[in-house]
Amino acid sequence: MTAADPQDKYYAGIRMIRYDLVKELVLALVAVSVLVMGLSVVLSSPDDPAVTIQTWATKAPVDFVTTATSELSGQSGTAQYGPPYNNTADAAQAVGPIEPQTWAGVGIPIDPAQDFVLRPLGFAAVGNPTLTTALATYGAAGADQQQTWLTNYTTALADATVADNQVTVASGDYGPVPDLMTGLLGLARTGALDGLLLNSGNLYQTDFTRPLLFMGDGEYLSGLAADQHLTGDQWGMMNETGQYPGQTWLWLFSFWYQIPPFNTAANTDLLVIILMIALTALLALVPFIPILRDIPRWIPVYRLIWRRYYRDR
Amino acid sequence: MRDGSSRPQPEPSSWTLALRHFLERRLPLAHLLPDRQPYYVGSWVYVFGVVAIAGFIWVIGSGVVLALFGPQWWHQSGVGRFVNSLHLWSVQVFFVFMVLHLWGQYFMAGWRDGRAKTWMVGVVIFAISIVAAFTGFISQQNFDGQWIAVNAKDATNAAGIGSFFNVLNFGQMYGLHIVLLPALVGTLVAAHILLVRMHGVVRPIEPKRTAQPSDEESAS
Amino acid sequence: MDSPATYVNWNFILISIPNLLMIAGMVAVFVIALLAPFPGHGESAEPVAVPVDRNDA
Repeated sequence: MTAADPQDKYYAGIRMIRYDLVKELVLALVAVSVLVMGLSVVLSSPDDPAVTIQTWATKAPVDFVTTATSELSGQSGTAQYGPPYNNTADAAQAVGPIEPQTWAGVGIPIDPAQDFVLRPLGFAAVGNPTLTTALATYGAAGADQQQTWLTNYTTALADATVADNQVTVASGDYGPVPDLMTGLLGLARTGALDGLLLNSGNLYQTDFTRPLLFMGDGEYLSGLAADQHLTGDQWGMMNETGQYPGQTWLWLFSFWYQIPPFNTAANTDLLVIILMIALTALLALVPFIPILRDIPRWIPVYRLIWRRYYRDR
Repeated sequence: MRDGSSRPQPEPSSWTLALRHFLERRLPLAHLLPDRQPYYVGSWVYVFGVVAIAGFIWVIGSGVVLALFGPQWWHQSGVGRFVNSLHLWSVQVFFVFMVLHLWGQYFMAGWRDGRAKTWMVGVVIFAISIVAAFTGFISQQNFDGQWIAVNAKDATNAAGIGSFFNVLNFGQMYGLHIVLLPALVGTLVAAHILLVRMHGVVRPIEPKRTAQPSDEESAS
Repeated sequence: MDSPATYVNWNFILISIPNLLMIAGMVAVFVIALLAPFPGHGESAEPVAVPVDRNDA
């Protein structure tokens, strides 16, 4: 170097030794290659197949019908969600005046009754007189009448039985609802509902919002998840299906969901997000924060790392 | 032809020359690829960073192969499943050694002596890597990805970004995962390495009673 | 490898054995890295140079 090298000044008086950084990188690559290939050969990777509407309707028909009924009655999770799917009063999460869910508005409008039940049934009704009549009867009835039928049917579903791939309930005043549900269940069992829910008028489609929201409203999917310890109150964010390690680096994000007041709050997600953004900012700003930046002095791990240097002094 | 890096006489205005001089001053090749280090780097703790980089190279490599064959390939082919395994395990290696590197740098107070930017870039890499991994897990098109999406939407919706960043939209998540996020992480990792090389490794902590000017917890 | 993992429950902590092994392994690697001797650069290594601050004197 012809000019004064600032690193010469910084390292003045310190012995320099040969150190081959490129060789170090190559050695690291070789070591990681062996490790990654070894793990892949021995352990492979998990791939539990996705749950389809068809699987759901076949394996848990009562849950499917109960969920579909709640979509019609506007009682489902999606129907009551608020933004971005709809405007439900007091549904959005808020921390004091901070309410980004509301500020963002309804960016993905979903009408569960139409999108998950009535529109698909409209397709299935073609050439199906029973379903055509049921849809007409339901559509012609007033909102109060519809709610009466739906409430009665929901109550009866608690004691439903399954026979011959049909969901049967005790007799009662349900109007056309049982026919609608029979139709929807049949559509789901054939796999047609999976396709219909994705139908967007385009040939190509990569947006799975509708089937995922519908499935998420039921208990079948969450039951499978709980079996694998993937739910929020099981530290689920950190976990993986099967015997594989998960995303252990999400330990702190998962942690908050396990303890009060977060685990019972209505605005848990927003609270945790705000907290984690704050903590990440704190981590980034450690060089400027007293105490946090002094801990390395107080817990002298550095004496082990640089023990040769301190011995020489 | 002189290299011009130390000549004080005025040059005719040339942006190219100005850029070259800037680079020669801030990051000469001898600093970018030094063949020597202060002797105190003889500790295995110094190896965590480069192992994380090696892991990252494997993540990108395996990811490129997965992208080449499309998102359904690994569900249908034994070779595809193997490449997916390479991708999963190299991600684990990347995160494990990135965190070990973080622990090491924390206890060495590696931000000292003007290295605060290096530390901050490192934390940003960590945060963006988490987002990159998240979009990856969500793009698996299997039960795990499905469940992650159904739950993650509650967090993104609560934060008000759920319709812009729709975790239920596979195309969007996959596109972010294979294009934007690797580019971001790669760029930041390159910047991080350049910063490390520009400053050189930090000196050992000096006990406060014999504090040198270079030992101030300066954040400049 | 596809059957559900075993979980360890302690107070409110619920962690899978694979995750526990990962974390324990990381701590072990960190401690070993702190203690294990690093090859090739002991006191006997010939110094290549000792930098001099050109701005001194």
